Amino acid sequence: MLIKPRNHLTLGENDVTPESIYLSRRKFLGGVAGLGLAASLPRAAWAGPDYDDVAKAKGPEWFEAKLGDTRWNAITAEDKITPSDDATHYNNFYEFGSDKSDPARRAGQLKTVPWSVTVDGEVGKPGQYALEDLITPSRFEERIYRLRCVEAWSMVIPWLGIPLAEVIKRAEPTGKAKYVYFETLEDPKQMPGQASRFGLIDWPYREGLRLDEAMHPLAFLAVGMYGRVLPNQNGAPLRLVVPWKYGFKSIKSIVRISLVESQPKTSWNMLAPNEYGFYANVNPEVDHPRWSQATERRLPNSLFSPNVIDTQMFNGYAEEVASLYQGMDLRKHY
Amino acid sequence: MAAQPRHIFAWRLLVFAAALTPIGWWSYHVAVGAAGPEPGRYLLLNLGQGALVLLLCTLSLTPLTKLTRWKGFSVIRRQLGLWTFSYASLHLLSYLLFILGLNWTALGEDLQKRPYIIVGALALLILLALAVTSNRYAMRKLGKRWKSLHKWVYAALCLVLLHFLWVVRADLAEWSGYAAVGLGLMLLRLPAVAQRLPRFGGRPKRARA
Repeated sequence: MLIKPRNHLTLGENDVTPESIYLSRRKFLGGVAGLGLAASLPRAAWAGPDYDDVAKAKGPEWFEAKLGDTRWNAITAEDKITPSDDATHYNNFYEFGSDKSDPARRAGQLKTVPWSVTVDGEVGKPGQYALEDLITPSRFEERIYRLRCVEAWSMVIPWLGIPLAEVIKRAEPTGKAKYVYFETLEDPKQMPGQASRFGLIDWPYREGLRLDEAMHPLAFLAVGMYGRVLPNQNGAPLRLVVPWKYGFKSIKSIVRISLVESQPKTSWNMLAPNEYGFYANVNPEVDHPRWSQATERRLPNSLFSPNVIDTQMFNGYAEEVASLYQGMDLRKHY
Repeated sequence: MAAQPRHIFAWRLLVFAAALTPIGWWSYHVAVGAAGPEPGRYLLLNLGQGALVLLLCTLSLTPLTKLTRWKGFSVIRRQLGLWTFSYASLHLLSYLLFILGLNWTALGEDLQKRPYIIVGALALLILLALAVTSNRYAMRKLGKRWKSLHKWVYAALCLVLLHFLWVVRADLAEWSGYAAVGLGLMLLRLPAVAQRLPRFGGRPKRARA
């Protein structure tokens, strides 16, 4: 029920998701999006899937211009998509407060245009890039991924963005590059959670991946969700999405991407190394010290059905990513 | 219950209504879909926090009585204590129903492996013992031992704060506030401090431990 391995890893730039698969499930305006005709539609026409409950928002010009050429449904999941209202109002984004409703209430003031990202370290082309320059050489894709939070709840979210590997390749990593390190914006004026004197996180928020994990086709850089630009509370304007790892690996509001030689320090691991490992792969057999990871609550749920389902190894992406960890003791490298 | 002046009865009724109001408010939120995508967890956290607030309120009544000499504070002590126990019980019930989905194996595992669940369960057991001995019959039966038994409420407070501390993930602001109030209330009961409490109104009287 969980994996949908439709050879999506071998899809080339111009391949098209078989029409029958998504048309049966999802509403499309005119059904032309997946056929690559979207680009030829008048700009005003909405070519993407119709997420009817989504609060519409206009992104920056470059974003809206690229939207028409998106490969909708490039990767899908059989799971039901979480209502966007839930995905945008129930967030862990400690930069804006520790309550799950804080980000939606307090992230509005974050200024995401203009936005630049520092690319440095072991790369041939270091520099400070405007977000659009980092993203626009690639074609937008929509990917529907399961998101498994380390707190044992999960959602299913349609992201918009580009493969992380493409950005890394364009930076031309040197032979010394072994890991990719990411950093979130640090600005307590815009991010009130960073100003809390009782906060335990050492800002800026940091995350990292092994280079081969980062180059994996499933690793994704999102700039939008539900067919629109990313809402601030979901990590605008640029966030990572690594669907086989716990949600905290998917760092938000990224301002730095560094290629480095040794394993970088990462925020939750610095805070509680016995609870949060560097790898943080979704693994039902390795419990968090404070709760079980064997099951998860698929949200939204209700009082009458907590919607508890079994957690899948690598969040259901084992077929694609298990080979990255061959020979590793995942109990030790949790 | 013995006859009581009408204004005392009204005061008790008011406190009863006030203690019931949050539950009504949260239920309303859940009913209209305003409690977010995880309504069970919403109830769980609010009930837990509500129980802690009620526990702190209950513990503040004796110092408040001493400070103000107003009897109104002492006549609601048992009621607030029982409300604390009720909220804590509903908190446990929410955990069983909405988080574990009545999976008893998972509960068994939690009770063996998860320290924060264990201290929470211990605190609730203490509150249960205090609740069942809160009536006049038990007070009479227990005599002098009643008072020493009910001092265990401070142990429950410590366990509850520990239970809370162990679920905090990234920000201690809220917990620190509750812990500071809890610590203050415990200090107020130390004989050395209690005897020095200023009194407003009424004539000085020897402090009772």
